Amino acid sequence: MIKKMLSNLGEFKLPSILTPICMIGEVIAEMIIPILMGYIVDKGIGGEDMGYIIRTGLIMIAVALFGLLSGIGGAYFGAKASTGFARNLRKKMFDNIQTFSFANIDKFSSSGLVTRLTTDVSNIQNAFQMILRMAMRAPASMIVAMIMSFIISPRLASIYLIAVILLAIVIIFMMSLATKYFREVFEKYDALNESVQENVSAIRVVKAYVREEYENNKFKTAALNIYEMFVRAEKIVTLNSPIMMGTVYTCIILISWIGAHMIVSNELTTGAMMSLLTYCMNILMSLMMLSMIFVMITMSTASAKRIVEVIDEETTLGNPVNPVMEVRDGSISFEHVDFAYNQHSQEPVLKDINLDIKSGETIGIIGGTGSAKSSLVNLISRLYDVTGGKIKVGGIDVREYDMEVLRNQVSVVLQKNILFSATIYENLRWGDPNATDEEVKRACSLACADEFIEKMPEGYDTYIEQGGTNVSGGQRQRLCIARALLKKPKILILDDSTSAVDTATDAKIRKAFAEEIPDTTKIIIAQRISSVQNCDRIIVMDDGKVNGFGTHQELLKDNQIYREVYESQTGSSGDADFDQK
Amino acid sequence: MAETKVKEVKGPGVHGRHGMPRPKVENPGKLFSRLMGYVFKFYGIHMVLVVICIILSVVASVKGTLFTKTLIDGYITPMIGQENPDYGPLAAAIGNVILFYAMGVIAAFVQARLMIYVGQGTLRRLREELFTHMESLPIKYFDTHAHGDIMSIYTNDIDTLRQMISMSLPQLLNSAITIVSVFISMVVLSVPLTAVTILMVAIMLFVSAKATKASGKNFVAQQKNLGSLNGYIEEMMTGQKVIKVFCHEDATVEKFDELNEALYQSAFKANAYSNILGPINTQLGNMSYVVCAIMGGAIALNNYLGFTVGGLASFLTFNKNFSMPINQVSMQFNSIIMALAGAERIFKLLDEQSETDDGYVTLVNSKEENGQIVESKEFTGQWAWKHYHKADNTTTYQPMEGDVTFNDVDFGYTDEKIVLHNIVLHAKPGQKVALVGSTGAGKTTITNLINRFYDIQDGKIRYDNININKIKKPDLRRSLGMVLQDTHLFTGTVEENIRYGKLDATHEEVVAAAKLANAHTFIKRLPDGYNTMLTGDGANLSQGQRQLLAIARAAIANPPVLILDEATSSIDTRTEKIVQDGMDKLMSGRTTFVIAHRLSTVKNSDCIVVLEQGRIVEMGTHEELLEKKQRYYQLYTGNKPEMVTA
Repeated sequence: MIKKMLSNLGEFKLPSILTPICMIGEVIAEMIIPILMGYIVDKGIGGEDMGYIIRTGLIMIAVALFGLLSGIGGAYFGAKASTGFARNLRKKMFDNIQTFSFANIDKFSSSGLVTRLTTDVSNIQNAFQMILRMAMRAPASMIVAMIMSFIISPRLASIYLIAVILLAIVIIFMMSLATKYFREVFEKYDALNESVQENVSAIRVVKAYVREEYENNKFKTAALNIYEMFVRAEKIVTLNSPIMMGTVYTCIILISWIGAHMIVSNELTTGAMMSLLTYCMNILMSLMMLSMIFVMITMSTASAKRIVEVIDEETTLGNPVNPVMEVRDGSISFEHVDFAYNQHSQEPVLKDINLDIKSGETIGIIGGTGSAKSSLVNLISRLYDVTGGKIKVGGIDVREYDMEVLRNQVSVVLQKNILFSATIYENLRWGDPNATDEEVKRACSLACADEFIEKMPEGYDTYIEQGGTNVSGGQRQRLCIARALLKKPKILILDDSTSAVDTATDAKIRKAFAEEIPDTTKIIIAQRISSVQNCDRIIVMDDGKVNGFGTHQELLKDNQIYREVYESQTGSSGDADFDQK
Repeated sequence: MAETKVKEVKGPGVHGRHGMPRPKVENPGKLFSRLMGYVFKFYGIHMVLVVICIILSVVASVKGTLFTKTLIDGYITPMIGQENPDYGPLAAAIGNVILFYAMGVIAAFVQARLMIYVGQGTLRRLREELFTHMESLPIKYFDTHAHGDIMSIYTNDIDTLRQMISMSLPQLLNSAITIVSVFISMVVLSVPLTAVTILMVAIMLFVSAKATKASGKNFVAQQKNLGSLNGYIEEMMTGQKVIKVFCHEDATVEKFDELNEALYQSAFKANAYSNILGPINTQLGNMSYVVCAIMGGAIALNNYLGFTVGGLASFLTFNKNFSMPINQVSMQFNSIIMALAGAERIFKLLDEQSETDDGYVTLVNSKEENGQIVESKEFTGQWAWKHYHKADNTTTYQPMEGDVTFNDVDFGYTDEKIVLHNIVLHAKPGQKVALVGSTGAGKTTITNLINRFYDIQDGKIRYDNININKIKKPDLRRSLGMVLQDTHLFTGTVEENIRYGKLDATHEEVVAAAKLANAHTFIKRLPDGYNTMLTGDGANLSQGQRQLLAIARAAIANPPVLILDEATSSIDTRTEKIVQDGMDKLMSGRTTFVIAHRLSTVKNSDCIVVLEQGRIVEMGTHEELLEKKQRYYQLYTGNKPEMVTA
């Protein structure tokens, strides 16, 4: 996984290598200074040589400057490498997401993808920077200090070695325990935040049922639970600092006692002992830092894993090797089609569907909630692949077409449709980037969208807010239809796309379709009988099966479901939308 | 549905969850003291102990540092060259130091332990207080604040505060105490060298300030770019399926690249500047060390002022110990400001005015005894308003019937803009009143007034002839069952969700309610039936199924008055017809307010109210309204009205 992640470094490989090198430079500088210090004390002061003190002092300043330069270099390259790495990861994910099929998107969910692209990448960026700048620095600092200590006095330095080994064992043990606890805590923590989210969005329900007290108690229990888990986890972590202190102090005392003996017996100088004491802090601090890095790495692995999942995800729908680049006509045929969203699911959503739709026909689809109407049409433009049987468009299996060609010819207005933050012109030109203003206006007049657009102060240049919140539901639907029409498709699918449009306008749109684009095959999913009763033929869906297929009159006569729906809606146009008048 | 969902997504966009704005705190001192006040209020003793522990551990470390001097000057140097050195005094001195060290370690341990309770405890209290206070806020608060922003208080702000209380705070205390004590020790050792050290620290602070400013500027740019990139990502991920349908991938990627690159550029600069701060300060610290070494060397060599080699050794350690905490404080500064910005938002929520309730009339179970209505402890199925009269200290009971009148009601969400004008309405007990009209005509607003989600500006609403302002809000709301267009379900099992309407309902009651709402059939088909877990607002159910659950939830509550706001809008007409039977059963004998999209579902109402731009334009039964041949007629038949009304 780490290898996989690092392969996205790209042009930031060099800074990623330079950062630790610079950090080592900084460490070396920092290590040399105490040595020089020792010399000043011993030779300069001991030898009463002011010139030596100044010479050595100047060398020290030079070393500090070197350290400064390396430090700045490390800072610069570290920032470059980590932010660049983040950029590349985002890019790689985003690019791959664009190849995702509907099934892939469903798997991750859009909010899941957002988190991966934002929070997870930030986590990785921070961790990577930390690792680059510290992961080398800490061990380097420790090793250099250790070597220096051994040069000064192997006997005293071995005290450090033992301390380091003991401490490392203790820290690793504690950290692995703590990370386990923390992981549990954070899971619970997420759940807690989710319940807050739930309360915020469902506040009307809470208040309407007077459940404030109930929710408070639920929350308090959860908060107490989190509190206890956090305390347990932190108790382990906070042992770190007293243990560290204890070790440092023990080392100092040992060095002092043994060092004193050595100095007295002339095996050691006072300056050397001072340097040793300085290294003590260096070594143990580095160890501490290493343990922090260890924690950071384990914490960021979760994010890394989630990122790699997106990068590695292969689209479930691929283009064929020799794709067909032209759709001949708008005929559609379903041959023994089975379909399930989940390969392993027992219950298929669609079962043995056989349909023959001629080019230019207008087909209505009606059926209850969950009868798989949307699933049926989603297969036509290959938003999902069938699990059994085949679907032919223009006489050729949809899996043999180039996907872009197919989707440009089969235009779907999705049930959950979305406009983007841009002007109306820009939104509509998603259908055809090269459409002229006239073409856009014509599509709008077909979709009966021109009337309200022209009433807007800025007309077609009106800016649509994110999610299309500044137009009404019915207006949004009509804009989406216009956008789909601009593709000039051979097949047009409206998935419950006029539910918020009033009956009269709905009829007008259908009439415009019949007159203006007679050659386009039109498939209309609707809840209202009035929306489909004039179609050439109507499909009645029930529980993933075609329950009836025929004209309005035929179905009224033979099909019980259709008759029931009809009766439930007759006597009225029932679905008036007040927004339109 | 779609509309509100989108709004929620939009909330966190630019300045929500992901794009934290640059912290800018109005009055950091006041905020800090308020926060500390909060901490000390509950954990005063803890904090006093913590300060004592920090002092003890600082004393221990200072003592340890001074020991280096004593060790060299007092014990080792005199022993050099002695024939039979006596290690006794040295051993005693070391023993003495061990005691100090032990004290330091224990103090550090106790301090860390205490801080866990202080930090986590404070957060727990804050969280609880936030949540309970939030639950008490009026609906208006939720309608006027982006949900993403509210959420970010719980996620971002509490988190940064956690880091500050448990990490920055003790460090700050430690640094402050260390700085003071080290400063005193330095002065004792050598005044001139102390002056040199202070000078170097001043330079350090000056450079830090410069670098912080430079990085700050870039951080602003970074946050702005992060905000727009994240906003873009959110929008595109939500619309990913539309992108696929329109083969719009390339254009999407192009715009993404642009935003991604801009973020990289600013993030790189911001990070580089803030990274540089560390090495500069460290090396300035080293330079300070060097300067002190040279000057101290010169002084010690000439034996000025009785300054010894051992003294120099100690001083240099102090020099390092002095610049370190100052470095730390300057590094912590940003995160403290960030946490204070979070604290500001937390306190702002806590300072929001709770929903007020001056009501005193309560709703109780009642029974009839000797022709008199009396209160009953048990559930009787009968309800009465308990009315306490202060004037003559008596309590009267009045049966709850469900008679609702609107008397010339005006209402606006803000005082400037009135959205409902002169509403006059009378729903007699058991009647079904339908509200119809276009989006924004004020249908939902009317129902929001009955349960006092919002309070009216002018006029009166009476419930069984009691001004609803006199009824205690919880009792008022308990008497009204609501099924909303946006069904919200809670994480939990299906059964728990239905039971939300009546917490002590038995399983049989739950099933009965589900059957009434026609939800039983689909629930049985779920993998674990009534025990199926629902997560993410019932994401694993279809919109129609969720509405059925919401209806079941209202059914089990068994309220005398029902408000159905587009309760069946997402159910197909055939299913709706079946649900309608259940709904009719539910509605019979209850006063019901229905808001519906499909006129066919409301035509059997006792009264249909046609609203337009906040005014009632027509009112009457289905037949009466058709007779009038005006607005309702036009909507129902699709024909033009015969007379054009003003």
